Amino acid sequence: MDLAKLTISQIQDGFRAKTFTPSDLLRTLELRINAAEPTVQAFLSRDFPEALKLAERADVSLPLGGIPIGIKDVINVKGQPCTAASQILRGYTAPYDATVITKLLAAGAIPYGRLNMDEFAMGSSTENSSYQVTKNPWDATRIPGGSSGGSAAAVAACEVPASLGSDTGGSIRQPAALCGCVGLKPSYGRVSRYGLVAFASSLDQIGPFARTTRDCALLLNAISGRDAMDSTSLDLPAEDFTAGLGRDLKGVRLGIPKEYFVDGMNPKVRATVETAIKQCEAAGAELVEISLPHTEYAVSVYYIIATAEASANLARFDGVRYGKRAEAPKDLMDLYLRTREEGFGSEVKRRIILGTYVLSSGYYDAYYLRAQKVRTLIRRDFEAAYEKVDAIVCPTSPDVAFPIGERTNDPLKMYLADIFTIAANLAGICGLSVPCGFVEEGGVKLPVGLQFLGKAFDETRLLGIADAYETVSGWTKETAPL
Amino acid sequence: MSSSPDLNVRHVARLARLALTDEEITTFEGQLGRVLEHIEHLKKLDVTGVEPTAHTSAVFNVTREDVPGTSLTRAAALGIAPRSANNLVIVPKVVE
Repeated sequence: MDLAKLTISQIQDGFRAKTFTPSDLLRTLELRINAAEPTVQAFLSRDFPEALKLAERADVSLPLGGIPIGIKDVINVKGQPCTAASQILRGYTAPYDATVITKLLAAGAIPYGRLNMDEFAMGSSTENSSYQVTKNPWDATRIPGGSSGGSAAAVAACEVPASLGSDTGGSIRQPAALCGCVGLKPSYGRVSRYGLVAFASSLDQIGPFARTTRDCALLLNAISGRDAMDSTSLDLPAEDFTAGLGRDLKGVRLGIPKEYFVDGMNPKVRATVETAIKQCEAAGAELVEISLPHTEYAVSVYYIIATAEASANLARFDGVRYGKRAEAPKDLMDLYLRTREEGFGSEVKRRIILGTYVLSSGYYDAYYLRAQKVRTLIRRDFEAAYEKVDAIVCPTSPDVAFPIGERTNDPLKMYLADIFTIAANLAGICGLSVPCGFVEEGGVKLPVGLQFLGKAFDETRLLGIADAYETVSGWTKETAPL
Repeated sequence: MSSSPDLNVRHVARLARLALTDEEITTFEGQLGRVLEHIEHLKKLDVTGVEPTAHTSAVFNVTREDVPGTSLTRAAALGIAPRSANNLVIVPKVVE
C-alpha cells in the first residue's frame, strides 16, 4: 500500500485500524515530496520537524486528526512564511493564524507546507510566482493552472492528500481541472477569509483541493462557519456537507448553459465534457438546456471589479509596517514608489494600474459602477436558471494545461482562460471541478475537468451530485504517472 | 474598432504610488489598451435602473459588541516591521 496515494477517507480507515500512524504517513509524504519536488516544484517551503511534532501528538479521533494539509502561500499560519509568492513579502513571518488554520488545527489536521501560486493570486498558470515555476504532474512541460497551481499540483503529485487554495475567478477550480483533482469554491460568505492575503474582497473564497469529492466535503466541514473577524461570513445553520454523498443522479435536473459551449474552445475538451454529461444523463439525471445570457460580459466585469479591489487591497504594501522596504529612501514618497516598484512583479503592477485607472476620477461611473450593474445582471441569470435546475454542468476550462511560456506575453489571452469560472465568483454561488477524463496532446494524457455550479449555500447538494458523477465515472482513481 | 480610451499610465502609476520604468509604461499602455478595448462592449448594455452589486453576501453594516478582545501584542506587530525603535515604526521624516 502506498500511503501517499490514499484519500483522506482511506487514511482515516488506516488510522482507526492502527495499520499506520500519522507519523508514518507524514514520513512517507516527506519521502514522496523529496522525490517529486525537483520536477514539480509545488512547495515554496515546509517545516518537516514542526509538522512531525504535530503528527506525533495527533488525536485521530478528531474529524481530520493527523491529516496533513498543504496550504497556499496566501493564508497565514503563525510562525511560518506567507509571501503570496511576492518579493514584497520575502522574509515576512506570519504573527497569527488565519481562521481556516485555527479551524483545521481544532479538527486535528496538520498544516503542512507553503504552496506556490501566482503572485497575490493574480494569474491562471502559476507562472507569475516570483519564486519558481510549478510544473503539471501529468506533463512537466506544462503549467498546473492557477492561481492555486501549487495546491493542485501537490495533491495531483501525491505529495499531500489535500490542500487549501483560494478562488477569486477560478483559482481553485481551473488548476484542479488541469491537474486532475477535485477543487471546491464555496459560496461567498461560507468560509472566513480572516488571515487570507486579500486580492478582491467581494470575490475571494478559500476552499479545498483533494482526490475525491468526499474529501472536499470533509474539509469544508472543518473550515466553514461564521467568524466575527470576517463580517461577510454568514451565520448559517450547522450542516454536514457529507450528507448528500453516496446517492445517485436519478431525477437530478442539470442545466446545460448554451453559452458555455463556444467556438474557440479545445474541441477535444468539448467532446470529453459532452461525453461526461451524457454519462450523467445515463445515470438518471434530467438534462435541461438553459441560457445565461450575460456570460459574454463576465470576463470584462471581472477584470474591472477584481483589479479595482486589488488596487485598494494592495495599497497596504507600502514598506512601512511589514514586508520589504526599499533601501535608503530619500523621503516617504520615494519609499512608497520604490518599495512597490521593487516588490511587485509585472502582472501585479499591470492590475494595480488597471484597477487604479477604473476607479480614478472621471472614469469610476463608466467602468466600476457600470461593471457592478452588469454584475447584477449576471447574478440574475443564475437566479433564473436555478428556478429550473438543481445544478449547472459545464466545462471548467476551455482548454487543457498549456505549455509553460505560451501565454505569458498576452495578458488578454490569459484572462480569457478563466471564461467558465469567473461568473460563479461574480454571482457568489458555489462551484466544483471534478475529473472527467483525458485528452491526448502531443502523445501525453492531460486531465479535463467537469464543473458543477450550485446555487449559493447549496454545497451539500452540489457535493452530492459531483460525488454521484465521480462514482459512475471513476476518473478520480487515476493518478499522475510521475 | 472603438478607439482606445485615454489611459495615461505614467499619471495612474503616480496615483498608485508605483514607480515604473519607461519600458514598463510603454508595454502596459499597449497591453492595457487592448484590455480596455475588449471591455468597451459593456457600454452597449442598457443598465438603466439596475442596482449595482458591491458584493453578494446578504449582510450589511455588521457590528460587534464594543468590548476589548485579544489582539497582536506590540512585540509581535513591531517584530515584522522593516524598521522600528522605541516601540515605534520608523519611517523617513515627513514633517520639517
